[in-house]
Amino acid sequence: MNVHEYQAKALFREFGVAVPDGELATTPEEAERAAKKLGTPVVVVKAQVHAGGRGKGGGVKLAKSPLEAKTAASEILGMTLHTPQTPPEGKLVRKVYVEAGSNIESELYLAILFDRAAEKFALVASTEGGMEIEVVAEATPEKILTVLVDPNVGLCDYQVRDLGYRLGFVPDQVKKFVPFVRGLFDLYLAKDCSQVEINPLVVTAEGDLFALDGKLNFDDNALYRHPEIAELRDPEEEDERERVANEIGLAYVGLDGNIGCMVNGAGLAMATLDMINYCGGKPANFLDAGGGADKEKVKEAFELILRDPHVEAILVNIFGGIVRCDLIAEGVVAAAADLGVSVPLIVRLQGTMATEGRAIMAQSDLDIMSAETLKEAGELAVSAVKGAA
Amino acid sequence: MAILCDKNTKLIVQGMGRMGTFHAGLSVEYGTQVVGGVHPGKGGSEIDGIPIFNTVAEAVAATGANASVIFVPPPGAAEAILEAAENELDLTVCITEGIPVLDMARANAALRGARTRLLGPNCPGVLTPEQCRIGIMPAQITKPGPVGVISRSGTLTYEAVDQLTRLGIGQSTCVGIGGDPVIGTSFIDTLALFQADPETKAVVMIGEIGGSAEEEAAEFVKSNMDKPVAAFIAGQNAPAGKRMGHAGAIIAGGKGKASDKIAALEANGVAVAASPAEIGETLAKAAPGLES
Repeated sequence: MNVHEYQAKALFREFGVAVPDGELATTPEEAERAAKKLGTPVVVVKAQVHAGGRGKGGGVKLAKSPLEAKTAASEILGMTLHTPQTPPEGKLVRKVYVEAGSNIESELYLAILFDRAAEKFALVASTEGGMEIEVVAEATPEKILTVLVDPNVGLCDYQVRDLGYRLGFVPDQVKKFVPFVRGLFDLYLAKDCSQVEINPLVVTAEGDLFALDGKLNFDDNALYRHPEIAELRDPEEEDERERVANEIGLAYVGLDGNIGCMVNGAGLAMATLDMINYCGGKPANFLDAGGGADKEKVKEAFELILRDPHVEAILVNIFGGIVRCDLIAEGVVAAAADLGVSVPLIVRLQGTMATEGRAIMAQSDLDIMSAETLKEAGELAVSAVKGAA
Repeated sequence: MAILCDKNTKLIVQGMGRMGTFHAGLSVEYGTQVVGGVHPGKGGSEIDGIPIFNTVAEAVAATGANASVIFVPPPGAAEAILEAAENELDLTVCITEGIPVLDMARANAALRGARTRLLGPNCPGVLTPEQCRIGIMPAQITKPGPVGVISRSGTLTYEAVDQLTRLGIGQSTCVGIGGDPVIGTSFIDTLALFQADPETKAVVMIGEIGGSAEEEAAEFVKSNMDKPVAAFIAGQNAPAGKRMGHAGAIIAGGKGKASDKIAALEANGVAVAASPAEIGETLAKAAPGLES
């Protein structure tokens, strides 16, 4: 789960990680008042959307007076922001964060994430702040510094000092860097983050350290023990269909093709997309109905698939291990009838009670194409949409 | 011989809830020695003829169990793994999906140097045909034989096993290693076990997007194995940055793409199936004459 910059910075503050003062605003007037309250010669007005690269799209503006802050906010609020990280249709800006300007001397990069290969936490830092870190890693890998932290030992001060000196800090700055990183690491563990990223981390002319930007991701599997974090979810930032899927407990990812898919199991669901592509078609979605798929789940999955106006056929691929194919077949027949499914329906049932399941579909009045193998299912689905075109 | 489990395995079930009880029953039906269940507070009772204990320690002392399967819900699952390890079981198989990464990172670090091997979490378990079923795999599609199967996914494992069985090719052991970012037993660990098992003549390996375990496995195959290996990688068309159902199936920062994994496998002599419908055929071509 992602949160906005202003929410991340509130958490930074809670854990003693230095950030500039700032206020959230949803109208130009609020932005003006916020700038007045901050009272600094310069404020920065920043669009609050779940995407990076906001400056490039015109979502970040400097203001030298409260009136300028008002004007900047009126330009940003309501705009559809396009950055390299937004979806093609862009993102509507509903909130801005008005922040005290800083006297920037240098910009660095700092992140904490989980290194899967090492099975340790990784502290990643670079002197090349303010740029996309992937670009830095590609062009100048020697400028990416990494420190690994053992999950059962935790972060040691010497590791942070080492990192600080390698970043070129003077002893006084290292002294500030240690509690800064420790606060960030405490936050990472306390809230079950999956990634903390500060880009840029700035050093001011006065030698102070500030998180000028802040990005936090959380482990979805751990949200059950952090209701205060789950509350930060902004449904308006999420894809409509993925949000609905999340609510009904289905794993769904929208894609840009026209063959809707319902599969049990994540691996088989990915493989079904691969099969469709291999046969020359394009899947409209990834959907894992899970191990406990029953009649009700099938109907909910169908409703979700049909929310996508591009769907011209639906492929159901079930390998019954735990899931019983006869129950799935009943669900498919009921859902297709109740929802008045008008697109071609291809169903492949294999495994537990598959024969019974196929019989149930054959006996229904519905026009369901039955496939036995994965290959057959893929070919039928692709020819169904080609026939319709 | 097979790997990880056989007819001598004495299994206990940690978490005798609805799922645990149901699958314990299927394992008993398959001939697995299910010697006990662990469910705190229910010790001294019996569920479907299986004696229940309050702790793993009690269960091991009373039954001599050497393996466990975990159906404990996510908040207590990592602790269940540690409880199994503390009691020095040879193997613990964690079926539970949805354990926080932080819990698993700590549990896995604690397991280093321990006697207990962890399989999973978020896996379908392990099955040695006609000998032992630990977990949730459908036994009816398997057939004893010479091919070892390793997979990060559940239902895609069934697909692959079914394709092999339909071609008349049996399996030595089917192993689901799990779809989470942090797992106990890796592709490499399992490949090493299959390489050392005289009954296994070839291996099918099913990977997916996310992480770099398949790339590491590819190098291992080249340097340490003389048995033929066939593979399939799921998620060839998955978009970057999206979690595809499994917590570990995500392309992040340009890493974990199917194309990189396929290239690494092919460069190291592994035959990769072009489509998920050709997993069985690809193995049959890479290792002819295994039908029975």
